[in-house]
Amino acid sequence: MTAAIEAIGVARTLPGPVPVTLVQDIDLTVRPGEFVAITGPSGSGKSSLLYLLGLLDVPTRGSIRLQGRDTAGLSGDALADLRLARIGFVFQFHFLLPEFSAADNVAIPMRRLGELGAGAIRQRSEDLLASLGLAEHRRKLPEQMSGGQRQRVAIARALANDPAVILADEPTGNLDTASAQLVFDTFRSLAHDQGRTVVAVTHDHDLAATADRQVHLVDGRIV
Amino acid sequence: MALPLGLAIAVRHLLHRRRQTVTSLVGVSLGVAFFIGIASMMQGFQRDFVNRIIDAAPHVTIKDEFRKPPPQPVFAAYPDSAVILSGLKPKDEIRGLRGARAIIDALERMPGLHVAPTLAGQILLRFGAKDVSANVTGIVPDRERFVTKLEKDLIVGSLDSLYTAANGLIIGEGIALKAGIGLNDMVSVIAPSGVLMRMKVVGIFRSGITLMDNFDTYALLKKAQVLQNRPNVVNRIRIRLDDVEQAADLARSVEARFGWRTESWQEQSSNILGIFVIQNAIMYSTVGAILIVACFGIFNVISTVIYEKTRDIGILKSMGFREADIRRIFVYEGLMVGILGMLIGWALGYGIVEFMGSLKFEMEGFIRAQGFVLYRTPRHYVISGAMAIAASTFAAWLPARRASRLNPVDIVRGAA
Ligand SMILES: Nc1ncnc2c1ncn2[C@@H]1O[C@H](COP(=O)(O)OP(=O)(O)OP(=O)(O)O)[C@@H](O)[C@H]1O
Ligand SMILES: [Mg+2]
Repeated sequence: MTAAIEAIGVARTLPGPVPVTLVQDIDLTVRPGEFVAITGPSGSGKSSLLYLLGLLDVPTRGSIRLQGRDTAGLSGDALADLRLARIGFVFQFHFLLPEFSAADNVAIPMRRLGELGAGAIRQRSEDLLASLGLAEHRRKLPEQMSGGQRQRVAIARALANDPAVILADEPTGNLDTASAQLVFDTFRSLAHDQGRTVVAVTHDHDLAATADRQVHLVDGRIV
Repeated sequence: MALPLGLAIAVRHLLHRRRQTVTSLVGVSLGVAFFIGIASMMQGFQRDFVNRIIDAAPHVTIKDEFRKPPPQPVFAAYPDSAVILSGLKPKDEIRGLRGARAIIDALERMPGLHVAPTLAGQILLRFGAKDVSANVTGIVPDRERFVTKLEKDLIVGSLDSLYTAANGLIIGEGIALKAGIGLNDMVSVIAPSGVLMRMKVVGIFRSGITLMDNFDTYALLKKAQVLQNRPNVVNRIRIRLDDVEQAADLARSVEARFGWRTESWQEQSSNILGIFVIQNAIMYSTVGAILIVACFGIFNVISTVIYEKTRDIGILKSMGFREADIRRIFVYEGLMVGILGMLIGWALGYGIVEFMGSLKFEMEGFIRAQGFVLYRTPRHYVISGAMAIAASTFAAWLPARRASRLNPVDIVRGAA
């Protein structure tokens, strides 16, 4: 079976008078339907690795394969198109557009992709919100919702274009235990029930333990 | 959901920054409105002036002058050699258009034009204790009426009474007012030749062109020749064309054929037409300056929006928006300010023009007029709109390009 994401000998070094190496010697394969947790101390390179896996950043050495396709040498636009159609990001901060309602925020990636008509887009964003228990909040602005609700809207948005890969960077960092548990339950179900690949960074060892596999980073290397 | 996504985001951004958006809208609107108002006023004035000139003055005038003094024979005898002439004394020729008869005959054979011979000179007009210096033009009324609109401009008297009165004189309204002269008054006329003549005012005209009304008088050609002591001399041939656009061409060809200096109305009014060029330059730079200020406003709003929306830009890019998508959002914002500003400016400009049109007052400059003479044309709307949209797009483009190049990794990392 083709790996969903594959990192082969990946390193990322920031250029400068004093070059900073964010991650190095990363060899990682994540299968479809797998839920992987990335753990590690602060500053160990967890976020950096996630950005590389999500084609948001480009490795200085090695390569990232998305669903078997090598992404090395792709243009910025080509990487953006891959992110749009195949990858969903969830960050610690929700990053919802403050002027748009929950449903409109979820609709944005679909409208950008342009594969669905307006009616289908509205239907799908409402379905996604409903599946995350937010049916009655769909018309609210982000500022009218709680932190946990916003984060679930962000997850719905990440799912909008039906991506093969969900990447989450400390999605539960600002949430209470119950909400955090709910988010991780959602991720597990996305992987196991819907066959998506989920990679989530977390500090929380209890949550990490609920994943299929844990990848531990120290000083930019997998240990 | 009907709006395209980029436009929808742009609209929300602008609505969010309402006060700044309104400020830059006001800037663009004022630029557009002022342009329309000023352009309509200035062009109205200029076109009115040109129309009056075309109407009142001959289209082409042949003068008893040469553009270049005739070459000295010695230069012809020794071409390409260094010749110094000193103590040169110009021949004291009798001035005037020699061969005027032949020129008039030749011109009259051409279609679409009217010709009138005249003799122009200076006089001093004395009425009671008042002395007024003036130009006198000797005319043949039967020809003059087809060449200038003197006859139409007469407010009292008639052109034909030049024939019937013993020594008839037609004067401009300005002279009449200055010296307190009325119709049928007798005035003393003294010419530089020393001839003194008692003349009867048989007409007063008002052309609306200040210089003419204040300084011009007309007499019969024969009387003028007597006054100037230049019997049978004609020093100007005036031509009126059915198609005024032909004036410059005709002037050139007449001058080439007969050698006399021949001026089109454009050349005769070149000083004033030159002022118009300067006026227009001032107008364009004033409006340009307003629009530049408006541009700074737009630049400012969009830069501020971009600064505030850095997070949004970060998430949009990580979501899969391309650089061009991001750029488009902010260019749309500038464009919307430009288009909206243009529309408001159009309405405002229309209002300004109509308001100016409703004003009534006496004005005397190059011309005499009641109120503003306004020129209304869609061109002013097109030009001002194009300037507004081009300027606001450019003002938005710069920050938009910067925004599109932001690195999403820096943003999402920083905002965590
Ligand atoms: N732009 C940068 N310039 C210099 N150093 C950087 C830059 N970005 C990241 N780093 C460094 O790279 C290392 C890895 O950062 P990264 O954000 O990936 O860590 P992390 O594991 O996500 O940490 P945290 O758990 O605190 O989020 C850190 O030591 C960080 O200080
Ligand atoms: Mg991190």
